[in-house]
Amino acid sequence: MVSLLAEHGDDAKPLAGGQSLVPLLAMRLTRFEHIVDLNRVDELFGVTADNGSVRIATMTRQAAVETDATVAHRVPLLHLATPHIGHFQIRNRGTIGGSVAHADPASEYPAVMLALDGTAEIASASGTREVPAAEFFESTFMTSVAPDELLTALRFSAWDQPAAFAFDEIARRSGDFALAGAAVGIGTDAAGRINRAAVGMLGVGPTPLRASSVEAALMGLAAADADPHEIGRLAADDMDPIGDVHASADYRRRAGSTLVGRVLANALAQLTQEAGNG
Amino acid sequence: MADQIPLSMTVNGRARRGAAEPRLTLADFLREQALCTGVHLGCEHGVCGSCTVLMDGEAVRSCLLFAVQADGAHITTVEGLAPDDETLHPVQEAFRDCHGLQCGFCTPGFVVSVAAFLEANPDPSDDEIRHGIAGNLCRCTGYQGIVAATRQAAAVLKGEGQ
Repeated sequence: MVSLLAEHGDDAKPLAGGQSLVPLLAMRLTRFEHIVDLNRVDELFGVTADNGSVRIATMTRQAAVETDATVAHRVPLLHLATPHIGHFQIRNRGTIGGSVAHADPASEYPAVMLALDGTAEIASASGTREVPAAEFFESTFMTSVAPDELLTALRFSAWDQPAAFAFDEIARRSGDFALAGAAVGIGTDAAGRINRAAVGMLGVGPTPLRASSVEAALMGLAAADADPHEIGRLAADDMDPIGDVHASADYRRRAGSTLVGRVLANALAQLTQEAGNG
Repeated sequence: MADQIPLSMTVNGRARRGAAEPRLTLADFLREQALCTGVHLGCEHGVCGSCTVLMDGEAVRSCLLFAVQADGAHITTVEGLAPDDETLHPVQEAFRDCHGLQCGFCTPGFVVSVAAFLEANPDPSDDEIRHGIAGNLCRCTGYQGIVAATRQAAAVLKGEGQ
């Protein structure tokens, strides 16, 4: 596979699930002399777990991610985000690696990968390298994967601490690209004090974005004392939205920061319930 | 013209051999070579759902697959859901009974999608039904009849009658 990409460079494009690439070809928005179909490369499929981390091979279908027990248990945020992708017919073909490599700023997996500090495993004829999510998304539809390289897997570290996760997005219709979305993970120490906060946002910038102001404001607070809606408002400063026919930049900023507050509220409620039950 | 790639697949239970250019979509192959004209092409970019077929049992957009990718696969189109020419599939019966269609253009895609949806979720709530059919567009009915048809088909398939 990678030797084909090395041979044809810019003229070749790897085909994963085809749920974004084929529409682009159909609408003549892009063209490639060569398409390298990955759908029969067995080693590009599947979920494996080793100490502390989960490796999801690039061609793992979104439908498989949705129902995989390891993902649900070890990387719950991916599990929560998946039903928001397209429709079930799309998820039957669409892949995790395809979504991430396509890097649509309004899509779900890139924001989750960024929030969780996931790692991209990238192969070429000269070997394999790993790129952290923070360096992976360069701009809209642009990643650090070069034309002669292939994104072969994503790796996520499981959180080994009390933690809660939540995901939600705003879209005009079910299955539409989100106007804004938020992926949240909050971890605490044994006393219930927040010592890890991960907030990824989609649809509110040229790439998926971290809500760093929100994360900073959460750190050190007791989960029971944090006011999610107040803190969520800070997310507006971390956004760089554009306006288009679907929503103005201002609307995206306001709706997006309200949404961040709601998703935080969901995660914090889970944490305080768990603490109450324990 | 690009090379023709030989391929074989099972379409509605019958083995079929053919050949296709690498970029011919599965939808075009099914319509033009397998003569399954129940595969309807609305948008040809994965939005409308009219071209939905089952590939190895899973509902997929046949306009977003190349025919060569289905080499060796089992394909079921709307023509292959019912057991024989004299009988309708319970989902088809339900669409007729509940006015789940008007012009009929989107219907094959809905029927295939709903059949797959009910296979995975035999006892859906109304909310789940609405999510289940969200990947198919209908410009006539306003969806009420389609939701009712899906509800009826679920009951029939569970053996509860109507």
